[in-house]
Amino acid sequence: MELKIKAQAGSFESSDVLIMVEPLDTGAGRQIELQSIVMKQFGEELLTQIHNELDQWEVNDVRIIVNDKGALSPTISARLETALKRSAGLQTGTLI
Amino acid sequence: MLYIPGNNPAMLQQGGVYGADGILLDLEDAVALNQKDAARILVSHMLKHIDYDTCEVTVRVNHIDTPFGEEDLHAIVPLQPHALRIPKVETTEELQRILDIVHKIEEAHGLPHDQMKLHVMIETALGVENVYKLARFSPRIDAISIGGQDLAADMQLVKANDGIGIDYARKQIVMAAKSCKIDVFDTVYVDVDDEDGLRVEAEYIKKLGFTGKAIINPRQIEIVNDVFTPTEKEIRKAAKIYKAFERNKAEGIGVFAVDGKMVDAPVVQRAIRVLEMADVDLSTL
Amino acid sequence: MKNSLDRDIPEFLEGLGQLQPFGGAFTKLKKGWMDETTVPPPVKAKLPHADKMCNDLKEAILKTNPHDGMTVSFHHHLRGGDDVLVKSMQILAELGIKDITLASSSLTSAHEPILPYIKDGTISQIYTSGIRGELGKAVAQGCLKKPFVIHSHGGRVRAVHTGRIKIDLTILAASAADNEGNATGSHGPSAFGSMGYASIDSWYASQVIIVTDNLVDYPCVPQSIRQNCVDYVVKVDSIGDPSKIAGDTTRITKSPMDLRIAHLAAKVIEQSGELKNGFSFQVGAGGASLAVAKYIREIMKAREIKGSFILGGVTSYGVDMLNEGLFRSIFDVQSFDAAVSSSLMNNQYHIEIPAGLYANPFNCGCMTNKLDVVVLGALEIDTDFNVNVITGSEGYVRGASGGHSDTASGANLTVAVCPSFRGRIPIVKKKVHTIVTPGESIDVLVTERGICVNPQQKELKKRLIEAGYPVKEITDLANEVEKITGVAQDVEFTDRVVGVVEYRDGSIIDVIRQVKE
Repeated sequence: MELKIKAQAGSFESSDVLIMVEPLDTGAGRQIELQSIVMKQFGEELLTQIHNELDQWEVNDVRIIVNDKGALSPTISARLETALKRSAGLQTGTLI
Repeated sequence: MLYIPGNNPAMLQQGGVYGADGILLDLEDAVALNQKDAARILVSHMLKHIDYDTCEVTVRVNHIDTPFGEEDLHAIVPLQPHALRIPKVETTEELQRILDIVHKIEEAHGLPHDQMKLHVMIETALGVENVYKLARFSPRIDAISIGGQDLAADMQLVKANDGIGIDYARKQIVMAAKSCKIDVFDTVYVDVDDEDGLRVEAEYIKKLGFTGKAIINPRQIEIVNDVFTPTEKEIRKAAKIYKAFERNKAEGIGVFAVDGKMVDAPVVQRAIRVLEMADVDLSTL
Repeated sequence: MKNSLDRDIPEFLEGLGQLQPFGGAFTKLKKGWMDETTVPPPVKAKLPHADKMCNDLKEAILKTNPHDGMTVSFHHHLRGGDDVLVKSMQILAELGIKDITLASSSLTSAHEPILPYIKDGTISQIYTSGIRGELGKAVAQGCLKKPFVIHSHGGRVRAVHTGRIKIDLTILAASAADNEGNATGSHGPSAFGSMGYASIDSWYASQVIIVTDNLVDYPCVPQSIRQNCVDYVVKVDSIGDPSKIAGDTTRITKSPMDLRIAHLAAKVIEQSGELKNGFSFQVGAGGASLAVAKYIREIMKAREIKGSFILGGVTSYGVDMLNEGLFRSIFDVQSFDAAVSSSLMNNQYHIEIPAGLYANPFNCGCMTNKLDVVVLGALEIDTDFNVNVITGSEGYVRGASGGHSDTASGANLTVAVCPSFRGRIPIVKKKVHTIVTPGESIDVLVTERGICVNPQQKELKKRLIEAGYPVKEITDLANEVEKITGVAQDVEFTDRVVGVVEYRDGSIIDVIRQVKE
């Protein structure tokens, strides 16, 4: 997936996560900043999940800022997918 | 049927724990216009990964003539929730278009064409006028529901919340549903703190023949369940409960089981209410 | 050494001495008497017409011979509005006193300003029922020189009787007092109700100071604390913030989740057969636990059941039920609202009780031994039904033992209510961080995803299943939760034991280790 612009998805509400993505120049790699209210308990798991999903979406040169309020795994997948699609200009069926 | 806003993870993940018979994951009115994509993706993931236990899951998609509707169908139909709720239906022509798209998607995914049901939601005066034709348009339609708030707006009613303006619509919709022998669901009761008002409305619409009601807060579930439980079969059961209650009371036992189900004070009260509604003389039992 | 719940307890801890491992809830009580020797209360003498009044708190404290290594105690009836503890510690610190053991019946967020005194060694040890906020984080990080002790309300009284907690000075806030030291919390501008936690301090402390913002003409009635225990009396402008001491009334929660759990719990209680004429009842002060009272009240009205007494930890909701005639009496060790204080004052069947009568198992019949039904919360519960109410999932101290283990051990039916997970943190899990109440004391767990019955309650389990309740095995529920939240990483600890959790009989049920940062 080719990212074009800065985009975000989610919210600061409890059990949600705010994910912001920003494309970087090729070769810059993945810069992931993670903040979570359950950092000690799930920090590692969150990072693993995000990397795995970036692999699936074939996204490599990106800056991702994650602000997590205890979201479950499906929510994190959903918000990441939404942010990536918005960044790639691939979101459909919505008003921008 | 408990309505859950489609862009709210906290509520989506807990939807199944409140004891509602069915839940409605809403991509339409509960979601802001610039979050339609986020809600659609979130609900899709939830449908795939959250176990809603014994609740029937319905998804309300956006209308086909909005920029969002068709995308909703492409995302949700493959996941085959129990039912798809179509809002603001007015003509058989739009129903046909929707069914065509649903059919195509199911075809592409190798899915059956009679598993996922359709619910038609009537929210405009034109919808009410056409409801008879809409209700019988497809064997996949197994319920009609009324969107009271939008209907009142469409009718430009001055006072929207006393039920008078939409009364004819309610009755017309019930009649159409009954003529096809399908379910019919009433609209939401907005004042969450007014439990008595909810009970009064639920009892009224039950008398009209509605088979269920929309709920916007889990606190409303119990009252609506309470009103809607009795049926012909339940009257017989109520009599059984009442007789067992009298028998056990004489022996000093307050809580007991009938047919393997717990009977406590509220159940006895309900049984008595059922019998009273059915005009059964308690002394003859 | 391992205790009977398989927790690792050191045999000896510097600052506490020999430790006795927990061996079951009734192992020590079964004997019928206490093995440990007890200490006598002090016997003091005063000359006729000696004036107890001091001009200010500092003057009073100076008169009591404060010294390094002393133990100073307080009650926590002022809850989040307490001014007295912090001011007292400030005075002691300014006087240069060091190595103080603080024995407050509990610590709340209002006490955070004493954190610097912990860090600089002014306070070197703490005996308390609960610690929260920054204080709880700090002690878990190892800031306290000696290990802290978490005790139950009943256990605190026992510990004073054995001399484990040896109080040199107690400073007791009262909302009304006279110049002899007769004191009460039942009326006055800062009224807070029962002074149940303060009684043992007033009887056993070497020196007793009463602090009030409301000096009344002699005699002060009623007397929660009597003049024959009191050394000095101080009048201050304010003992604390009345709005944080006692709210107006306690409202039942509106959270749909808590209400659902509470309703299910009430039905379980009804099904158990414990809901009958003359039953006694205790609930927590909020959340799902208090909401159970709402449903029990409805059932009692419908079935015309009259209970014997409400125990606790009393909220205005309990007072309403008393006034409705649903219960004959209230036994009150702590009053949470203004409405409760006035009921205590005016209703002779609303009875103030000291903490020992409430929950100390080492007497002939503490009230928790008479309890039929208790509903308790939980921070965590494991597949053996052991409950944690003291540490959070990140390892910090953020709760209180309180009356949890006391009431759970005595009640015929102990119902734990909690959601199965909160946010992403599992509450029902394989092993809790810290055990406060042993699983043998918990009969039923009610969550939004199902009811789990302790295997020792075979009859109840059978009844609930036959009546169509959503009964699950607790291991199944724990696995279900783990599937939803994912597997949480365990917090890392060092080997250093920074605190112990003392069971009500004095044995150690668990320890708290230093969090690795």
